[in-house]
Amino acid sequence: MARVKLPTILRPHAGGERAVDADGTTLRELLEDLESRYPGITQMVLTDDGALHRFVNVYVNDEDVRYLGSLETEVDPKDTVSILPAVAGGR
Amino acid sequence: MPRTFVCDPGPRGAPMRFDDVLDAIGDTPLVGLPSLSPPGVRIWAKLEGQNPTGSLKDRIAKAMVEAAEDSGELTPGRTILEPTSGNTGIALAMVARRKGYGLTVVIPDNASEERIRLLELFGAEIVLSPGDKGTNGSIEIARRLAGDDRYYMPFQYGNPANPRAHEEGTGEEIVRDLPEITHFVAGLGTTGTLMGTGRFLREHVPGVQIVAAEPRYGEGVYALRNIDEGFVPELYDPDVLTTRYSVGSFDAVQRNRELVQVEGIFAGISTGAILHAALGMAAKARKAGERADIAFVVCDAGWKYLSTGAYAGSLDEAEDALEGQLWA
Repeated sequence: MARVKLPTILRPHAGGERAVDADGTTLRELLEDLESRYPGITQMVLTDDGALHRFVNVYVNDEDVRYLGSLETEVDPKDTVSILPAVAGGR
Repeated sequence: MPRTFVCDPGPRGAPMRFDDVLDAIGDTPLVGLPSLSPPGVRIWAKLEGQNPTGSLKDRIAKAMVEAAEDSGELTPGRTILEPTSGNTGIALAMVARRKGYGLTVVIPDNASEERIRLLELFGAEIVLSPGDKGTNGSIEIARRLAGDDRYYMPFQYGNPANPRAHEEGTGEEIVRDLPEITHFVAGLGTTGTLMGTGRFLREHVPGVQIVAAEPRYGEGVYALRNIDEGFVPELYDPDVLTTRYSVGSFDAVQRNRELVQVEGIFAGISTGAILHAALGMAAKARKAGERADIAFVVCDAGWKYLSTGAYAGSLDEAEDALEGQLWA
């Protein structure tokens, strides 16, 4: 199972955990699995029509999925998936 | 066959005399990294710390102020106001001093001490925003203050003069000095460097990869109350990039130390993150058996970050020291 790191804003859905495990061969499947284990957790990650929210960034092994396969990005059990809200960079 | 960094030095005695410090902005050196470059790959560092105030922000400060003067938005007597975690403020302070404008900067209170001291030295008025709200917090306060007519806010996160400075400066310089470039790697903050340089390179160099290194801060910076509090700079166009990496402070500090210990280049912490992404692309190219010429941005030198604790102790200690700080 892949490791999914959660931002503070999603942790209440997962009992306060900073990281959880989830199953799936693609990011889409993984998010579906996450939702089945922790209902409501993907509400802030996906829009109503199932796309990634523009203020949310998802990385597989630190690479932004929007430049891999977006929701069809392949996920391996050894991978780490990180979810982070978009914030202003420094400077 | 190993690729070398030997190149034609060009005519001696290229003019280096300028009427004014503002004219000395840009045209920074592109320096090879013969020791850190893996076989078959050449990595090149663009030394933006060679700009007058020591960072690439000199380019956009001059561009934004002059664009506002041309459009009539900035007139004598108005004060320039900007949310900034330091480098843009320092660059604007230099430009404001030369052109006779006042400057107010809104800066998170956890910015490094050196950055705040420098701003004070340049005569800027400083408004501190809550450090735990990061740059989002300083933008919020700046937007509120900007309602007052005496201020002109360039707003680096949405001002087209920002990427234009990189299109016309950074991008042109890179194509002139490294026409065989395969990858350009820079930090993702306002997104101006990547948008401007990226657009120029994609227009002039077929197949070039535009790679973003996004600093990943401590948890507090991402502790929004709801997702709609998120922020994406108006300048950002994701289609300009081909890859985007998230880089944490441990990797950034590690690469920073390699850069100074192996190549003799002393850089700010964000540069470590950018180098980490550049080395990632180098490894991919090497694995694929492809040649690569990777240019990455050295945003500034490390002087302003010595007090952060990132330049001493073990990497774990440095990572702990940077927790809660906006290190990029």
